[in-house]
Amino acid sequence: MDFASVLVIEILGSIAILVLISIGLAVVFGMMKVINMAHGEFLMLGGYVAIYGTNHAGLNFWVSALILAPLVVGLVGLALEWLVIRHLYGRMIDTMLATWGISLALIGGMTMLVGNTTTGIPTPLPSVSIGDYSVSGYVIFLIVLALAVFAGLFCLFKLTTFGLQARATTQNADMVAALGGKPRRIYALTFGLGAALAGLGGAALAPLTGVIPTIGASYIAKAFITVISGGAAVIAGNLSASVLFGSVGQIFTYVYTPVIGEVALLVTAIVLIRILPQGITGRFFKRSI
Amino acid sequence: MTRVIQPALLFAALVLGLLAPGWLELFTIYEFTAYLIMAVLALSLAFVWGKGGIMCLGQAAFFGLGAYAWAVGAINFGPGLAALAISVAVPAAFAAVLGYFMFYGRINDIYIGVITLAVTLILFNLINSTSGPQYRIGSALLGGFNGMTGIPTLAWPNGMPLDPAEIFRLTVIVIVASIVAITLYLKTTPGKTAIAVRENEVRAELLGYNVAQSKLITFTLGGALAGLGGCLFANWGAFVSPTIFSLVQSAQIIIWVIVGGRGTLIGPILGCIALQWATTKLGTQQVVQVNLVLGLVLAFFVLVVPQGIVPMVTGLLRRNSRTGPKAEAEQNA
Repeated sequence: MDFASVLVIEILGSIAILVLISIGLAVVFGMMKVINMAHGEFLMLGGYVAIYGTNHAGLNFWVSALILAPLVVGLVGLALEWLVIRHLYGRMIDTMLATWGISLALIGGMTMLVGNTTTGIPTPLPSVSIGDYSVSGYVIFLIVLALAVFAGLFCLFKLTTFGLQARATTQNADMVAALGGKPRRIYALTFGLGAALAGLGGAALAPLTGVIPTIGASYIAKAFITVISGGAAVIAGNLSASVLFGSVGQIFTYVYTPVIGEVALLVTAIVLIRILPQGITGRFFKRSI
Repeated sequence: MTRVIQPALLFAALVLGLLAPGWLELFTIYEFTAYLIMAVLALSLAFVWGKGGIMCLGQAAFFGLGAYAWAVGAINFGPGLAALAISVAVPAAFAAVLGYFMFYGRINDIYIGVITLAVTLILFNLINSTSGPQYRIGSALLGGFNGMTGIPTLAWPNGMPLDPAEIFRLTVIVIVASIVAITLYLKTTPGKTAIAVRENEVRAELLGYNVAQSKLITFTLGGALAGLGGCLFANWGAFVSPTIFSLVQSAQIIIWVIVGGRGTLIGPILGCIALQWATTKLGTQQVVQVNLVLGLVLAFFVLVVPQGIVPMVTGLLRRNSRTGPKAEAEQNA
């Protein structure tokens, strides 16, 4: 029984991690149809802000991870949107390639600034014991954080004017403009939101993995797979894909190794895309956000 | 006029390439062989993406599989034709299986890009984790993060391994032969179908062509050529490591093609050689990181010169030759 609950928490934890690394990408892809190849580097920047905020600026870890990291990375996102991405709307492939350029430049720039070494930070929560077993308290925090992110996004998209306009822009940007909305500004803010969420995710994962300028590469394969398998609906798609892949990945990780878990995740995704080319929400939960 | 000029230039390049090792120092030959091997990879993407319209961001996967397949094949069966066939067949088969799921699932370009890249990155992690004596294929140890060393070099039927000058010449022959083969292939019905699919997928399908099948053929042929490049790479350094599948490696291939010019065959080859030469030079100094420069180059080209250098230059030349004073004088005469 204890063992079963530990396993369930492990699976929920791996789902939560998948949510945290992919939700920023999902927002940008779902609302703007832009694949942001620099997403992994936004995660990396979030991790650095959290670690430097805690170790060098003397801030509390929770402040630097939950407030400072999303703020800084969100601003970086807004700046890059203004510099590069706004020139390329409607050209999906070019946007993707340009953001890949940004991704490489961020890797190179950070390597010049901090060097090609891993920086770490201790896990800020003690472990929790369940019977004879113990689970990391931080994993439980990540599960709560992922739920909070979903709740926050749901409220943002359903209850605020910005959310209404953002959803309308996704459906018909010209109509929003005709009704007096500003699609350009909404796109910019959405991209900033996606970057901020990536910053939050990267910061939250920093204690588990440490940060190195090239760490983005180890996240983005999973983030991409989750987002395209989820389909167009941001929250329902991301949640369903994360649950599927998080469970598959964690079970295979448990039985074999983490790398086999990753391979199983990829194979599942490739088979899934053959059956459901529009992603999970292309067939199910179509009317959700 | 291009009908005469292009084959003549290609022939000149072949002759020059075959003679060059006689004049160059051993180190220069070695260095340029690496550039030319990467040019084979660039050419494979020029075919798949530029001609076939399939945005494969993970062409490095087939290159890497070719290199690993050569290593495993050469260690097990000796460095002869059997290993060569394996090193082309494995990536081609992998491309065919992956392509089946992607093209028959009718997913769009963006998804194809994302999936091919994800496959490459996961191969990177997979091969990285194969250190230890239990990960072996036949008598070949995969070596995990450290890669495989001491890979046998391709040998003549009498057992003499090729020397560096011969590998250089072989690479030149592979490039020129591939350009000729691709050009001829594009004149056949499957080749023309591939172009039609690139230009307008829906129209091609409505006219009765099997779009998924056409893409699958293009993708598999491209995978085979990239695999051949990988085989040459493993022969060149007698070494292969998982970094061949890394994100930066995948990005570089795209940059070569974008900078040289999508849609042409020669552009990506020139882009590849020029950029590799430049990154090698950049790598010798400590001030600016290579990735920073490559990233800025990619973003700049996408924003400012999206068609790439070769199409831009030929476009300018064509315009000048039509409207320049000389052309007007000719017309008047």
